[in-house]
Amino acid sequence: MFGENELRRVAEQVLAASQADETEVLILAHDTQLTRFADAVIHQNVAERDQALRVRAVIGRRTGVASTNDVTAAGIAAAVQRAADIARLQPESPLYLPMAAPAVMAQVPARIEATAACTPEARAQGAGAICRLAQEAGLAAAGAFSTEERELVVANSQGLWAYAAGTLADLNTVIMGADSSGYASRTDIDVRRIDAEGAGREAVAKALQSRAPRDVAAGSYPVVLEAYAVEEMLGYMSYMGFSALAVQEGRSFLAGRLGQQIVDPRISIWDDGLDATGIPAPFDFEGVPKRRVEIIKEGVATGVVYDRQTAAREGKESTGHGLPVPNTMGPMAGNLFMAPGAASREELVRSVGRGLYVTRFHYVNPVHPMKAVLTGMTRDGTFLIENGEIAAPVKNLRFTQGVIEALNHVIAVGVHTVLGRGWVGGNRAPDLALGEFRFSGTTQF
Amino acid sequence: MNELAERALNVAQLHGASYADVRVVRRERQELAVKNGQVGKLAMDEEQGFGVRVIADGAWGFASSSLMTMAEVERVAALAVTIARASALVKGEGVKLGPPEVHVGSYRTAVVRDPFAVATEDKLALLLAADEAMRRVPGVRVSQASLEFLRETKLFTSSEGSRVEQVLIESGAGLETVAVGEGEMQKRSYPNSFGRHQGTAGYEFVEELDLVGHAQPTAAEAVALLKAPTCPSGVMTLIIGGSQLGLQVHESCGHPTELDRVFGSEASYAGTSFLTPEKLGTFRYGSPVVNLTADATLPGGLGSFGYDDEGVPAQRAELVREGLFVGYLTSRETAARLGLRSNGTMRADGWNRMPIIRMTNINLEPGTWTLADLIADTDEGLFVDLNKSWSIDDKRLNFQFGTEVAYEITKGRLGRLYKNATYTGITPQFWGSCDAICGPAEWRIWGIPNCGKGQPPQSAHVGHGTAPARFRNVQVGVMR
Repeated sequence: MFGENELRRVAEQVLAASQADETEVLILAHDTQLTRFADAVIHQNVAERDQALRVRAVIGRRTGVASTNDVTAAGIAAAVQRAADIARLQPESPLYLPMAAPAVMAQVPARIEATAACTPEARAQGAGAICRLAQEAGLAAAGAFSTEERELVVANSQGLWAYAAGTLADLNTVIMGADSSGYASRTDIDVRRIDAEGAGREAVAKALQSRAPRDVAAGSYPVVLEAYAVEEMLGYMSYMGFSALAVQEGRSFLAGRLGQQIVDPRISIWDDGLDATGIPAPFDFEGVPKRRVEIIKEGVATGVVYDRQTAAREGKESTGHGLPVPNTMGPMAGNLFMAPGAASREELVRSVGRGLYVTRFHYVNPVHPMKAVLTGMTRDGTFLIENGEIAAPVKNLRFTQGVIEALNHVIAVGVHTVLGRGWVGGNRAPDLALGEFRFSGTTQF
Repeated sequence: MNELAERALNVAQLHGASYADVRVVRRERQELAVKNGQVGKLAMDEEQGFGVRVIADGAWGFASSSLMTMAEVERVAALAVTIARASALVKGEGVKLGPPEVHVGSYRTAVVRDPFAVATEDKLALLLAADEAMRRVPGVRVSQASLEFLRETKLFTSSEGSRVEQVLIESGAGLETVAVGEGEMQKRSYPNSFGRHQGTAGYEFVEELDLVGHAQPTAAEAVALLKAPTCPSGVMTLIIGGSQLGLQVHESCGHPTELDRVFGSEASYAGTSFLTPEKLGTFRYGSPVVNLTADATLPGGLGSFGYDDEGVPAQRAELVREGLFVGYLTSRETAARLGLRSNGTMRADGWNRMPIIRMTNINLEPGTWTLADLIADTDEGLFVDLNKSWSIDDKRLNFQFGTEVAYEITKGRLGRLYKNATYTGITPQFWGSCDAICGPAEWRIWGIPNCGKGQPPQSAHVGHGTAPARFRNVQVGVMR
């Protein structure tokens, strides 16, 4: 990769070239490799190296932004000039804020050399192991195994310098039979903890277990949601409602409800960019250190995440969740954790008695963000629970369900958690058993 | 650019590649957005880079970089071959591309007015005026107007002898209003959902949309929706407007006809397809009035171009003829598996992505009705349009969509406005219930600038030509 010294040289070149009143440099550099396989063939195996340089120039109360991935002297000079030219075209903004001041950044161990040095052969061996397990069981495997190293720099003319390096390894697989499928994924900053064989065995077992699915009628059922499904739901909760801007604009399901008990007391959700069991990042895209934010504590809505603009509007300080400025999106909670409980997966199934067991969701989307209503399909292992045991595989169902409503019917929270890649970081969530979950439709497989 | 590309081909072949292609891509993108009276985004982004795709030992390898130096070209081309050899550890029968495709040519989007030559002040003035018109409507909480312009310059060369240069230019614009009150949040967009409507065209595309003229009625309808009754549930007749129908075509026809998806390449991510190869030519996908095509040659469509990213010329292909499933979107490799030639749908999201099969302009061919006659011919039902929620299962059968607006149809006339409309169905049953499609006068190519597919993720710009159409016995209203 490029390294802190090289990126500092680029940033200093930008700041030296700029004649604007204030200048900010954002650099996103990455080296990413991905191996994709299907039907016992690696059909895509790719590598990419890039560094995106974004220059924000402020002249008076006018802001201009230009970006490039040409970091030659000429490329940098052109981007600096473009940012200034754009700023001069702007009207004065009453929303202007001076750029972030220098701050002390936490040191988070987010870069693992083994991940950065992972080879295409190592990823191919992981893919091959999964394909062999599938073939031995008479099944077909598909999936992707990626590793990446990334660097983020935020520097500005106020003297701010923030540099972070990190790695990420991600493996997911779907194993398919004639009428069944199973899924497993692993995400970690350390590729040595990605157990391809373990993931393959998990997905193969689920594909075998879900053969010959039977029809089940749509309707409300108690459910066990595996952590894969809960993690996806958690990400959509963030997208719909955990941002201060969504609350300020009145479109969040948390608007007007902070301080109130909104879900079961066994549910706690927080955002922590410094927790090494997630995908840590010490600061945001404005160069503000990340703070832990309690969003739902023992069922009570306690907070949302802020960037500098939304914080200034309420006379508060940013929590370090800003996206590149300026933007119309507002802040984003991207390092979420939902508190685990103590129940094993077997105990969760037992606690439900009769209901449905969902491995994961597919194509989830908000139907009514203000009511936190989501729709989506089940996928890769859906089962009927009877007498506290998995009784039979069933065909997939569509759900249309308010998340807050669902989290008011908690039966038990699982001890097992998974980490999944989010839009800007990664979220960790447990298995859940819920007393009521509405399935609004069925499909043919 | 030419020297870099030639060097990459040479190095790849010297390292043992049996096939190689190189794409050198430069993208310029201008984005402007005004939100609540303030300029929320004004950015000019440029990026460039190259990608080298090779076959070595019968397997694929791809490497890319943004550093445009000869040394980096040599590193990346060699790396692509190394990666291909790693792929060969799990390669099956090996890649077969079919007969060589050798094409030399160039293509440039026809524009009346170069969008990058229009003064930024004029663009901002347009957005500020449209935004102000929306904010003048009492009850509007969030107003947003946006423009986007893209210029992509591409060079494709291959070891088979192809050499194609293209300049693709896009213009896009849109309005979005959010009203909050009555315990509700309602959104209205113009002219399309997903922030904007976009085409391969110049600034004339924006001027024809008349953003300022449509700002007030768009905002007023968002506010009206707050007090509108909730859409009733039931099985009913639906007339679907062109914008929503574009997304319906996208999800339930475009994606399931992608042949790489059919062969399982997307299985671990976006899923597979119910349109398996044994159904080709025999499966009844829809009613006899349903004709669906893929046409990358249509002027102005967001999925229009001269050549795909394997250097294959843009084409028009039939997917569904009189309700019968007759064709796929194909690449060289997938077409060869069916004994066919590629119909030119391989596209990559920039220099740093390997091409995959993408929709071009996937069109529901026009019928003969007018919308006025279609409504007049409908005794009871709903007219719905503009998407606000979408989901479909991983074989593209069970779908559910929510729309921004729904109007009651009673005795052949439009009636009350309803909020929070949703409808759901199973793809072939739904298309089988289509009994009327409006004609060419109401047919338009809708641009969707954010179609996600692939790992690593790729976002494609695709088009959907549609006119309003009628469907019988549709399940409406599933939200509570």
